[in-house]
Amino acid sequence: MQPEAYVAHHFPNLRQQEHAARIGMWLFLATELLLFGGLFTAYSVYRFLYPAGFAASSEHLSVAAGTINTVVLITSSLTVALAHHFARHGKGRTAALCLAITLAFAAVFLVIKGWEWTHDFEEGLLPGRYFHSSELTATGAPMFFTLYFILTGLHGIHVLIGMTVLAILMVLCWRGAYDHGYSTPVELGGMYWHLVDLIWIFLYPLLYLI
Amino acid sequence: MSQSPATTPPSPADAPAYNPRNYLNAEAGIRSWLLTRDHKRIGIMFLALTTLFFFVGGLFALLVRIELLTPGPTIMSAMTYNRMFTLHGVVMIFLFMIPAIPGIFGNFFLPIMLGARDVAFPRLNLLSLYLYVIGAGIALYGMIHGGTDTGWTFYAPYSTTTITKVVPVLLGAFVLGFSSIVTGLNFIVTAHTLRAPGITWMRMPLFVWSIYATSIIQILATPVLGITLLMVAVEHAFGFGIFDPARGGDPILFQHMFWFYSHPAVYIMVLPAMAVISEVICAAAHKNIFGYKAVAFSSLGIAFVGFFTWGHHLFTSGQSTLDAGIFGVLSMFVGIFTAIKVFNWTATLYKGSVAFTAWFAYFCGFLFFLVFGGMTGIALATVSLDVHWQDTYFVVAHFHFIMVGATIMAWLAALHYWWPKMFGRMYPERWGLVGAVTIVFGFNATFIPQFLLGNYGMPRRYYSYPERFWPLNVASTLGATLLGFGFLLILIYFLWSLKYGRVASANPWGSRGYEWGTLSPPPPENFIGQPVYPSPPHDYTEGSVQSGDPHAAEVTHAA
Amino acid sequence: MNDLMRRILFLPEQGSAYATEVDHLHFFVITITMIGATGVALAAVLFYLRYRRRAAHQPTPHVEPKAIHEVLFIGVPLAFFLLWFAIGFPLFVRLQTPPKDAMDVYVQGKKWMWKFAYPGGPNGVDVLRVPAGRPVRLLITSRDVIHSFFVPDFRLKQDAVPGRYSQIWFTAKAPGSHQVLCAEYCGIGHSAMLAEIVAMPPAEFDAWLAEARRATQVAAQDSPDDRADPRTSLAEQGRRLAAEYGCFKCHTVDGTRHIGPTWLDLYRKNEKLQDGKTVIADEAYLTESMMDPAAKLVAGYQNVMPTFQGRVPGPEIAAIVEFIKSLRTDAVRPEPSKGPVYVPVPGYDPTISR
Repeated sequence: MQPEAYVAHHFPNLRQQEHAARIGMWLFLATELLLFGGLFTAYSVYRFLYPAGFAASSEHLSVAAGTINTVVLITSSLTVALAHHFARHGKGRTAALCLAITLAFAAVFLVIKGWEWTHDFEEGLLPGRYFHSSELTATGAPMFFTLYFILTGLHGIHVLIGMTVLAILMVLCWRGAYDHGYSTPVELGGMYWHLVDLIWIFLYPLLYLI
Repeated sequence: MSQSPATTPPSPADAPAYNPRNYLNAEAGIRSWLLTRDHKRIGIMFLALTTLFFFVGGLFALLVRIELLTPGPTIMSAMTYNRMFTLHGVVMIFLFMIPAIPGIFGNFFLPIMLGARDVAFPRLNLLSLYLYVIGAGIALYGMIHGGTDTGWTFYAPYSTTTITKVVPVLLGAFVLGFSSIVTGLNFIVTAHTLRAPGITWMRMPLFVWSIYATSIIQILATPVLGITLLMVAVEHAFGFGIFDPARGGDPILFQHMFWFYSHPAVYIMVLPAMAVISEVICAAAHKNIFGYKAVAFSSLGIAFVGFFTWGHHLFTSGQSTLDAGIFGVLSMFVGIFTAIKVFNWTATLYKGSVAFTAWFAYFCGFLFFLVFGGMTGIALATVSLDVHWQDTYFVVAHFHFIMVGATIMAWLAALHYWWPKMFGRMYPERWGLVGAVTIVFGFNATFIPQFLLGNYGMPRRYYSYPERFWPLNVASTLGATLLGFGFLLILIYFLWSLKYGRVASANPWGSRGYEWGTLSPPPPENFIGQPVYPSPPHDYTEGSVQSGDPHAAEVTHAA
Repeated sequence: MNDLMRRILFLPEQGSAYATEVDHLHFFVITITMIGATGVALAAVLFYLRYRRRAAHQPTPHVEPKAIHEVLFIGVPLAFFLLWFAIGFPLFVRLQTPPKDAMDVYVQGKKWMWKFAYPGGPNGVDVLRVPAGRPVRLLITSRDVIHSFFVPDFRLKQDAVPGRYSQIWFTAKAPGSHQVLCAEYCGIGHSAMLAEIVAMPPAEFDAWLAEARRATQVAAQDSPDDRADPRTSLAEQGRRLAAEYGCFKCHTVDGTRHIGPTWLDLYRKNEKLQDGKTVIADEAYLTESMMDPAAKLVAGYQNVMPTFQGRVPGPEIAAIVEFIKSLRTDAVRPEPSKGPVYVPVPGYDPTISR
């Protein structure tokens, strides 16, 4: 297909349309950052109020699981970038394969996260008034787990949305919808996925390490 | 004085009076409206919906005022009253103030002013409308079944412990927030990528500058409100304890996070009003704006400084004295940016050619209310004065001066000014003036007594009050009634004019705003041919060419 | 002039010196506002009359402002705004800094009433008696949701936030009565949450307080010790409560070191914490240490104290704090009291009462 076929009636050319799409995506990512920004603010305030409780609670999380998940997500960012690379060079099937690998990584991430949550549930490490751990008695621990579940929950929802987007892109890539003339959707989908990873890169040290 | 002076079509004189093929009749049927991607049709749907909610919110306001007619219980119980003022606040702010001017006039005119055929993302634009409908639906469900009684500010821990249904209202506001984000995102990208050749940043109509500044706030502040409201909802539903002192939470943190959005939100409401006024004043005076750059950049200044003033809502909540001082000074700067605009608008009249129309009357009302409302705002930011006024009717009167006084005056000015362009019909000028006078008088009668009530020490959200506050409350209620009649009158003559109004020419006001270059009502693709922009907007000097003139455009197109 | 302006603006009577000063600022600000608004309106009207449209298509000149215009547009209002702030902020600072010799009263907001507790005196509901001419400091908190303690006659307002103590002070000018309203929306009874401050002549107040103390003492008949002790007061109640809660198992009141730090001279002492910081042991810190002992551990002590969160209701905390405050070797306060530091009190649960 000729690149002109993708141009909407109100854009003079494809370059400008892609430029618009990119600005739009960056702005959307900014709103996402601020959405999490509110939660990070709450986290900082309560960490400052209950340093000991937060430190003790953090130790109850599995650093191994968190680290594996971080590696998994960072690797998936690489495969998404590769998918865009191949899509741009007209290798739709290879791109689809890369996206499939990304989806597999995302699934691994969710499985590990699910395992962690189950583990927390069993230990009674639950948010707010449901918190009932016998080992962890430090003040502020329930607050830590409130924020932990909200943060990882919201991030998990973003992973699911990202997976949906990537799955659609995968099918389209497989059918050869993109070539060197037009691959913006893959690029934008990839940007969203990078954001999901980026947020995790903030969550990982905040929740598991410090 | 009652007749608009420029009723003859502009040059070229052979422009058709009523554009026979326009966006309204290009396609027919309900589907063509519900699935439209035309920014003009989306704007019209926003007009219908926000007006509907304006009258719903106004009805609640009237009920509140009637309840306050006597010191004790008048027509409803305390619980009903509390739900009533919450409904008034939530409906007016989330369903009217925030979406109204950007949704209606931003959607309709921003692309036309930029010489674009549509906004950058037409489908997202339609999504924004649907998010608005869905959000309104969820919020209304909560209001009818259970009725929230927290006030629109949802202060924790009251909002997390109340027995009324807060969660649907919070979720509704969350969804409405996304509608607002999507609209803002669309406008920013449109201004960046779809300006027609010849429209540089420094030639962009001031309306676009102000809407652009609004959009920045919408994008950056709304997500924080979204997550804050979600946290309150989660806390109310499950007792997670984020803002609950009984579980180690901090209710003041809620206030900080809430006002981090909701103070900039005030500018989401008032910047579009300033956008309208910058156009209206030039058209009324037939003169270029005095200080284009000052007006344009002060919009961005307001958007920027507006993010650092939220603490002035917490002077008596117990933030530190130093914080109070910093937030107090920063609030003064927002006042400065507004002052720049006010002086430049007034100075625009200098050496102009001023005609008195209904929309100019609204401009006058706007100017006075903004000056007075803004100055009282500065007075409120003077920390020690605020200690007495905080949470009293003084604050109520102050923000109504800004929101009703400024924003609604601008909304009405915009409706009258652009009505011929949007619908190709004139409103009855004589009735327009009657309406304007009624509104301005009713408004003063409603809110000036409230300033005095605040001085006297009557706190807001009071169901009953000590008897010494009685006379001023009666005055305020009478004013509100007059205001209500005024709005009804305006609604009636606008509806009347849709069918029976005089047919408008392409440019009945002789305005040189870019949007008047196209036909009335505009064709679905906005322009016939590619418009050209030889001169800056609102250039009324001798020998200037009408910008975006369809005929001039055809010549260029041919060449 | 003062009185005329006050009446025009519907301001209530000026019950304190602070109220008069704030009103003067108010008059200044409102006058400038009026002049400014009139000026803009006048300019608009004059321009309209002078430059009315006479022909439909009359061209107008292109006018650009000179730099001096914009400088004036910015400079003049900014100068006024900053002047207001320069006058207003020091007043606010003064309002936030109670004098050394202020009498303390604990205020507790509760749906929908105000409770007052005097150190060394009785508790009261909805009527606060104070001596005229003497500074009174209010330590304000709430049991449930946020309330706001508002006295229009004193131009005074302070939010009552659950889990925190905030403070405000005033000196009533003359004997008389002043209404207290709740200014932060708190539910159905919000507008009925009224109270009264009764300023009494100092001598009369002292007599009343002494009488009230005696009455409190008679009322506390369950303990024979109390009847014997003429000094029964809030501090005394605090001592009894401290014994009840078992505080003396670890804390001494004579300065000897035990499992926990001694209470003697603890109030307003600079405590060195384990993390190297220091903290002033004010009301807020003492309260926090009861609720969340681990939060700020004094250097050299183990974290062995159990939390009292949910076990001690607000007035009893006030009593115990008052008791600790009474344990001083020198009865003089070394420095003016500062505001309680804003630290939420974790675990303070308004729904549980003993």
